[in-house]
Amino acid sequence: MRNPARDLVRVLPVLDQPASARVPELRGEECLEVFRGMLRVRLLDEKMLLMQRQGRIAFFGPSSGQEAAIIGSGFVARREDWIFPALREGGVLLLRGFPLEKYFGQLFGNCLDVEKGRQQPMHFSSGEHKYVSLSSVIATQLPQAAGAAYAAKIRRDDCVVFGYLGDGATSEHDFHVALNFAAVWKAPVVFVCQNNQWAISVPFEKQTKSDGVAIKAKAYGMPGVAVDGNDVLAVILATREAHVRARAGGGPTLLELVTYRRGGHSSSDDPTRYRDESRVEPWLLVDPLDRFRDWLIAQGQLTPAIEARMRDELTTIMNQALATAEAADKPPLETLFTDVYASMPPHLRQQMLEVQGDGSGTAEGAFPL
Amino acid sequence: MSTMTVLQALNAALHEEMARDRNVVCLGEDIGKNGGVFRTTDGLQAKFGEDRVLDTPLAESGIIGTAIGMAMYGLRPVPEIQFSDFIFPAFDQIVSEMAKLRYRSGGEFTCPMVVRTPYGGGIRGGHYHSQSPEAYFVHTPGLQVVVPATPADAKGLLKTCIRGQDPVIFLEPKRIYRTVKGEVPDDPEFTVPLGVARIARAGSHVTLVSWGAMVHTCLEAAEEAAKQGIEVELLDLRSLLPLDQDTILDSVKRTGRCVVAMEATRTCGVASEISAIIAEEAIEYLEAPIVRVTGFDTPFPYTLEHVYMPSPKRVLSAIEKVAKF
Repeated sequence: MRNPARDLVRVLPVLDQPASARVPELRGEECLEVFRGMLRVRLLDEKMLLMQRQGRIAFFGPSSGQEAAIIGSGFVARREDWIFPALREGGVLLLRGFPLEKYFGQLFGNCLDVEKGRQQPMHFSSGEHKYVSLSSVIATQLPQAAGAAYAAKIRRDDCVVFGYLGDGATSEHDFHVALNFAAVWKAPVVFVCQNNQWAISVPFEKQTKSDGVAIKAKAYGMPGVAVDGNDVLAVILATREAHVRARAGGGPTLLELVTYRRGGHSSSDDPTRYRDESRVEPWLLVDPLDRFRDWLIAQGQLTPAIEARMRDELTTIMNQALATAEAADKPPLETLFTDVYASMPPHLRQQMLEVQGDGSGTAEGAFPL
Repeated sequence: MSTMTVLQALNAALHEEMARDRNVVCLGEDIGKNGGVFRTTDGLQAKFGEDRVLDTPLAESGIIGTAIGMAMYGLRPVPEIQFSDFIFPAFDQIVSEMAKLRYRSGGEFTCPMVVRTPYGGGIRGGHYHSQSPEAYFVHTPGLQVVVPATPADAKGLLKTCIRGQDPVIFLEPKRIYRTVKGEVPDDPEFTVPLGVARIARAGSHVTLVSWGAMVHTCLEAAEEAAKQGIEVELLDLRSLLPLDQDTILDSVKRTGRCVVAMEATRTCGVASEISAIIAEEAIEYLEAPIVRVTGFDTPFPYTLEHVYMPSPKRVLSAIEKVAKF
């Protein structure tokens, strides 16, 4: 069995495990940018779960506990790189400069949503930020990531594609298909598996008998790297190595970021029905924000006062954006029918006129949250 | 004009479009060095190189899934599924991903691509080399479903699809790949629009609607009917989504009688949809019930495929039935 102390890439100390001498190069402001990104994910989680309970949004998928995995890997992606996300990478999109008003617009499904209110909350997308719209079907984005990377390769673009997945996705055929195609084509793609130990209620040991996820890469002929996913410096270190390899023509890498889903799968899930935390390895339960904070303070890059200011600033920005977004209108009726095709075919135009003609498109009868 | 088979016309379309636009790439099983098991992609790899004509690993969801990613990135992929019976491992990529990407992303991401796949029976292929799966795809908003019946349409429609903005399921009638020849325009700008049916034979007594290889079966039946004085108007739909409702309704309003013939299984098939449209929009013009001539609601058989597939005789008896009603 894999030994976390020996077999995971780790930089920051945890419990009785010491720090590593290998630290990724980061400027002071970069360290704070990473910490700020992690803190924003945590603050959003707290606020959005509350809003879901208040009936203001229909659904939310929290990311608490996975901030290091999300922000550490997303931090390495450059603006020209593409992101094929899974459920919990909204923090990566925000790190890439996506406006919070649009982020909340997606959660409300209103006219600030670039997707025009067509998807359930958490299915963010932005063409400008090369953050691809995801479906709720598991692992389908991975062959697409391999294909986009192949396209970048034959066009000789300096572009790396990130394909995110969870541990449950490793059971899907598209995971295996994607790794195989990407390796055969030597495509510049980094598969980032956030192994948070749970696929809704099914624990990792019931998902696979494999000794972790990273080892699966071997059979496809690519490097597989297991990382302490609660250690943001280790995540940056490993993601950078995979990124450098992809840019240099070395092909794909499978990263397994070993982390822990502290909350439920979503706002609709109650983990007390199935989860016994006494069986979880204790190091996994140490908060990734605490680990990075301790290191930043020890390095003299963060003080309680700086963090307090950061929290205040993030909270203020969040509340302002939320007020703007919550006040926005629903998408116009015609958006039910546009974008099915580049231009509207006659049968859809006819159906749109039917709705517009009989008034059944008004707010009356709208589904309550 | 050149005289070509359906297969040669498809091959010519691929050669022309790959030469016209360097973003066009072909991928699939055995399509490169071998030129495809039917030779539809013959000569492409030698001419355009292995980067643009890929022999892929054997996984249909990978072929379609990677093609979607390529299309999103800006290429114009033309993936081949070797037989349409093998398309189901890729069904999710087609239905949940390819079809919905434009809509679900608010138009920020699109995947213009053409999934080419040979379909249909009559080649002694049994369950898994004979089916007609068009209804599954016509039921999916976001897709276009195209089925040529002649060499000229095979070329012109494929070129239109490759130049289009939306994903296409392009069903190739493999039974007539080599058996039907016709005149095909040489002009590299020759294209055929989607959503416009072809009147394959003009007539005033009975409207006969069909598509793909079955058009030729219907033509035989129509010639037999003419010997009895029944003049059949045969419509070759060419694209099932978008569907040319106007041409169907216009013809039915003139003839007052309609037969729809297809190879696929009957229940919830495209013939059912066409019947429903006629019933909703033109029932006051009908002189007889609409009759469907279809494959049976069984898996596609091997030994008895000639019984399963609508023959000219079965189509003819449906024509006689509605003509004499």
